[in-house]
Parts: sequence; C-alpha cells; structure tokens
Amino acid sequence: MPILAKTGNEAMAEALRQINPDVVAAYPITPATEIAMIFAQFVADGDVDTEFVAVESEHSAMSATLGAAAAGVRAMTATSSQGLALMYEILPIVSALRLPIVMPEVNRALSGPINIHCDHSDTMAARDFGWIHIFSENAQEAYDNLLQAVRIAEDTRVRLPAMVTTDGFIISHCMEKIETIDDAKAKEYIGEFKAEYSLLDVDNPITVGSLDLQDYYFEHKYAVAEAMKASKDVIIEVGKDFGKKFGREYKLFEDYQLDDAEIVIVALGSTAGTAKAVVNDLRGKGIKAGLLKIRVFRPFPHVEIANALSKAKAVAVMDRSDSFSSAGGPVFTEIRSALFDSAAKPKLINYVYGLGGRDISKENIEGVYDELAVIAKTGKIKNLFNYLGVRGI
Amino acid sequence: MAELKGWKELKKGDVLEAGTAEKFETGDWRSMRPVWHPEICIQCLFCWIHCPDTSVTVDKTTSKMTGFDLKHCKGCGICAQVCPVKPNKAITMEKEEK
Amino acid sequence: MANLKEMAKQEERLTGGHRACAGCGIPIIVRQIMHSIKDPVVVGCATGCLEVVTTIYPYTAWKVPFLHNAFENSAATVSGMESAYRAMKKKGKINKEIKFLAFGGDGGTYDIGFQSLSGAMERGHDMLYVCYNNEAYMNTSVQRSGATPFGAHTTTAPAGKVKQGKEQFKKNLTEIMVAHEIPYVAQAAVGNWMDLTKKIEKAMTIKGPKYIGILQPCQLGWGYPMEMTVEIGKLAVDTCIWPLYEVEHGKYKLSYKPKEKKPITEWLKSQARFKHLLKPGNEKLVELIQANIDKHWNNLLLKCEGGVV
Repeated sequence: MPILAKTGNEAMAEALRQINPDVVAAYPITPATEIAMIFAQFVADGDVDTEFVAVESEHSAMSATLGAAAAGVRAMTATSSQGLALMYEILPIVSALRLPIVMPEVNRALSGPINIHCDHSDTMAARDFGWIHIFSENAQEAYDNLLQAVRIAEDTRVRLPAMVTTDGFIISHCMEKIETIDDAKAKEYIGEFKAEYSLLDVDNPITVGSLDLQDYYFEHKYAVAEAMKASKDVIIEVGKDFGKKFGREYKLFEDYQLDDAEIVIVALGSTAGTAKAVVNDLRGKGIKAGLLKIRVFRPFPHVEIANALSKAKAVAVMDRSDSFSSAGGPVFTEIRSALFDSAAKPKLINYVYGLGGRDISKENIEGVYDELAVIAKTGKIKNLFNYLGVRGI
Repeated sequence: MAELKGWKELKKGDVLEAGTAEKFETGDWRSMRPVWHPEICIQCLFCWIHCPDTSVTVDKTTSKMTGFDLKHCKGCGICAQVCPVKPNKAITMEKEEK
Repeated sequence: MANLKEMAKQEERLTGGHRACAGCGIPIIVRQIMHSIKDPVVVGCATGCLEVVTTIYPYTAWKVPFLHNAFENSAATVSGMESAYRAMKKKGKINKEIKFLAFGGDGGTYDIGFQSLSGAMERGHDMLYVCYNNEAYMNTSVQRSGATPFGAHTTTAPAGKVKQGKEQFKKNLTEIMVAHEIPYVAQAAVGNWMDLTKKIEKAMTIKGPKYIGILQPCQLGWGYPMEMTVEIGKLAVDTCIWPLYEVEHGKYKLSYKPKEKKPITEWLKSQARFKHLLKPGNEKLVELIQANIDKHWNNLLLKCEGGVV
C-alpha cells in the first residue's frame, strides 16, 4: 500500500480521486479550497471521470449536488465554515430526501468575527440536520474516514448524507505520513453506486420533494431519525471491515488508556492527538490518565460513551465550539445527558477551548488533568463550565 | 380522502410515484360548470389548450374534444371565455346544481 | 410547427387535481410547454405557487420526473441534474435524449433565485429556465418582487393614504439574460399559445442555457374575474407592457406587434391592483408609467430592427 506525504486536504483529495464520484459541485473557501483545487486538476488531467461543476456559491454547491444525487449518481462537494453555513438551508433537505452525499468538511470557525482558523462551530451548528458526523484526528483518519463514509452513507439501511471533518489548518494544511490503498483495491472497496431512486429514470417518473402538510412531515422526519439510529451499527460494521481489509480498524470512538483511567479528557479532532502525548507523559509518572476521542458525533453513541466513562472519577469534556447555551458546549451537554441515568458516573466538567484557532498546548491539557486530579481527590467541582485560554478571565 | 399511512409504509425520502393528484377531487370547488354545445363546436381545441386543470377531455386518436372532466373542473370559465364561436359560444357556464 | 391537433394526441404530463386557484395562469403555461416538447422531460421547480399546488404529499400532478429542492435554487438544482445526466451519458449508462426544465416564479427568479440562475446560465448547462411571472410573491399573499410593476398594489408596497403602491419600476430580467449571451432568450405570455409553444419548440432545438420569461396573469393577486386570465394576458401584449420577442444568439426578433397599441389606462383599468392609480390626483403616475412602457417598447423596436446587437 502506497505510503505518501500528504496534508489533510491532500489526503482527502486523494480519497476523492479514488472514489471518483460522478459529479462534484464545489466552491472555494479557506481552508477547504485545496480539496476542490487538487480535484479539479485531477479532472483536467483525466485522472477521474467526474463532471466538475464550478458553482457560484456554496448554496448552489449543495443544491447542485442534491440535484445530481437525486438524479441517481454519486455526488459530492467539500466546504468549511461560512460555506457550510450557506449550505445549512439545504442540509436537512438532503437528509430528508435520503441522499447519501458524502462531504469533506474542514472545521473552521463561524463568523463573526470572520476567522479562518480551526474550531468546530461550523459543524456543531449543523448537528441537527440529519447528517452523519465523523471527526478525523489526522490526515490518515481523514483519508480512511472518507472512504468508509461512502460505504456507510450508501448502505441501504442508512441512506443518509455524511460529513467527514478535519481541523482547519492544523490538519488540513499540515504534512503527515499516510498509508493509502492502491487504486484497484480502493475502487473495489467503493464499488458501483446504486441509486435507490433516480429522476433520470423517465420511464418511471417520480416526484421528489413534495410539500408535506401536518399529516406527513412527522413521519418523513421519523424515518430520518430511524435511519440515524440504524447507522450506528453500520458504522461499526464498516469500521471492523475496514480493519480486516486494510489493517486499520475504526470504532465509534477511540479509547486511549481509558480502561483503568481515573482522570479522563474527552476531545474531538487534532486536540486528541496532543492529549495522547500528555496521557503518555502522565502515565509515565504513574498517573492514571486517559482519553476518549470521539470519532462519530452523529449518531451520538450515548450508551457506549456513558459506559466507557462510567468508571472514571473525573472527566473533562473539551468543546471546540460554544453553543452559547450558558450551560456548556454541545459535546459536554450530550455527554452529561448520556450519563444522567448511569448508576456510576464521574464528576463531569466542561472546557470550551480553541475558538478561532486559539492554540491548545500540552501545557494547557496538563492543566486540565491537574484540575481533574483535584476533583478526583476532593470530589468537589470548582467550576462546571470553563473557558480555556481566554485572556482576562 | 386516502387513509393516512404509517412511517414505514412511505417510500424512502419524500418520493411519490407520478400523477397521484388525479385521485384528488377538485370538482367540488365549482360554483359554475361548463356546458358543451357540440352541435356548434368547431373543434378548434382552444378550450383544451387553455384549461388550467386538464379538464377538457380530448380523444387521443381523433384529437377531438369530447367534453369535461367534472371530477377536476373548477368552473373557472376560461374555456367558455376563449371559445371563438359566434354568435353563440360552444361552451357556456351555468350554475352548478347542488 | 405548433399544431393543436397534433399536441392533443400527446399524453397529458400535468394532471388535474392540483390545488391551483380556479383560473390560474401557471398550469396553463406548464401544459402548453409540456405539449411543445416531444422528448422526455425532467423538471426542477422552485418553492412557490407551482410547486406548492402541484405537489402536496401524497398527491402530485406531475407525470414527468419532478424535483423540488428549495426556493432560490431551481437553476442550481437542475444544473446538478443536468450534470448527472452528462456524467451518465459519458459513461454510456444512459442514451435517451432528455430535456431539462427549471421552473421558478418571479420571486424565485428575479430576487432570491437570481444568483443561482445567473450562475447556471454562465456555466452553460443545457437547460431551459422558465420564469412564470405573476409580478409578485403570490403564494404568500401578494408581496412585491423585483418584477412587480411601478404603482402596483402589493401587501408589502401597498397603496394607502400616503403611498401609491410600488415606487420602483420593475427589473428587466429578460435583458439581463440577454447580457449573459446565452443562445436563446425569450418573452412570452399566457394569452398567446401559438407564440409560446413555437418558442418552446424552438428552444428545444437549441443546445445550451436558455431562458424564457412568461407573463402569467394571477386572478387573485391582480384582481380580475377568473375567467379573464387569457384575455388579460392578451391585453398585456397589446398595451406593450410585456412585449413578445426573442433573442437568438444575440439577434433580436419581435414576435408580435399590436395592430393598435392600446393605452396603459386599458391595462390599469382591468385589474384591482391598479385601481388607486385611476383616482384623481394620480394622473402624473399614470403618465410616468406610460412613458416608461413607451421607452422600453421603442428601445425594443430599435433593437429588433437593428439586427445583431
């Protein structure tokens, strides 16, 4: 299997090349632009058969991608931040129409103020739209996740769209070593696209996207909810199968030194990588530190995460976005809810960190573990909701 | 009105097979109904090409207008209005009987 | 050439049983268009009267493939379908000739759909965009759009004690489409079926992006007796409010010159949305409207006589 030096964007573009979708409709936005640029070069060089549509906005990107998918082909797009925000109107339509669109999404802060750097506010704000959300820690995962996402989304038990994320600039623009699958095997893995309905089937005309009144909307949405529930097992299946075929198994989340951990951090994306280094250091000193890295945020694996965290004494959930609820960030809220019914539960606190690309260092993370150690010892929480790294507080 | 279906009975993804509106009656919207006078009709088909509700029936083999689809006709009166026959129109609008 | 007897033999692609108002001009447009196309057709439609009345789950009046996505993206959505078609054709997975139509009301075309229309036209997709223009956001109860004429009463630019309806002249989207240098642009209206069907037939022989703006009288929003939809459409053309013309590869061609150009007062008299303009004191407004119509009509005549622009 080829070993390549790729940035996160390059890794995703490489996966896209091997997926070779029928249609890609894309619009530039930092830091995702490169994916479309590299892919456009593949198109220009005849490395893919894709019809590349250089649309005039992200709203049109998702609209055209939806149109293509409804026409019965494999269609993809890629974006970030404001681009995703412009797509928001269309995202729940895609899931309602059960179109298995897979999209690389490079996590970047939502304006305002305008900021081109990493945080998770863009995809977190889209968590209610019936899309599967898979977070990547690094370029390898970005590549692997994109390939798996196609198998997950297109599975007939699922038929939901999926976004695969990387941290903007931190992963998207940093060179790493990745192991790819050779073209023939990748093509075989991705397989032929099977449309469940097609507007180009003129002999069997259908109407897609009717108005639902009060009597049918709920049933259509329930179907999306059920598909999201069903996707969990499919994600696990696909992750296991990927491990068997290509040597790298993927699960709903990664537990790192979690088994006997007393103090635990929950994180998503590249921060998990930094946290792993800190866990190693602490373990070296005999401290029972652990990490739970969430990979799949939608569907939210509430049962599994609650189980995994139940034995810990103190847990800090790291949110790289703020939902401005005044009661914690999105990941914290969902984990707290997951643990509500657990007989055994850890003390749970929240850190909102890293907004707008504010760096998070090993020292920062050590500080969090220090705080957790105090909580584990005393049983007392000083502050439930914390902001890490803001000057002046 | 059709019985309401449960979620499992619905096609995946807000998808409908074509032409189901034919089953929906809009004829009860009428307060006036078109009446055809075939003896003076010149079969120009102006009524047919202007009916918003596909309610002017035409024989597909002879291309002759044959009357009205009263299940769907809303009684708008466009057909009578566009009928070019003089001095009496081949379509007149009359009050819908209860 | 358009021939009603031939058209009547074709299967109806829009059924009855939709919920359009009695006397609505939109399904008249759709039926006339469908009867002018022999090939299989795939339709994308913006949110608006057409989409709402023809597709209320579980009832759809469409017998051709139909996709509704959202309000402002009919053109973008159809450009995606058309791209999928090209992809499939290239791969030999489909070999039928399929025509792509995008429908949008004036709201979904002149205003919120403007960007997506412009983008699709610029990219050169092989599709026909049809704007059914009833000069306001009718489905939501008659709000003003960029297509609403000067002086018309709408619910967001009403005629009242201090205001006399819309204070701006309408956008000329047809000319904006001409400026996109697409192979075919046209104006048509409900009321002249032969002109509309001929234009659609011609459009279907032309490859590339095409636009047709069709004036669609709305009995509810404009305020006239419902059986007069076709007559009102004819009046629009005879008063030169909405000239019938086409621009093929940049060459202007007038489709119809009224034998006797009727004064604007005929137009204003015919609809409740203008009745305030005929009140004493508003003569100046009527003059402004007439002058504006005349200016555009004369400009159009010049362009049509002048050949390639």
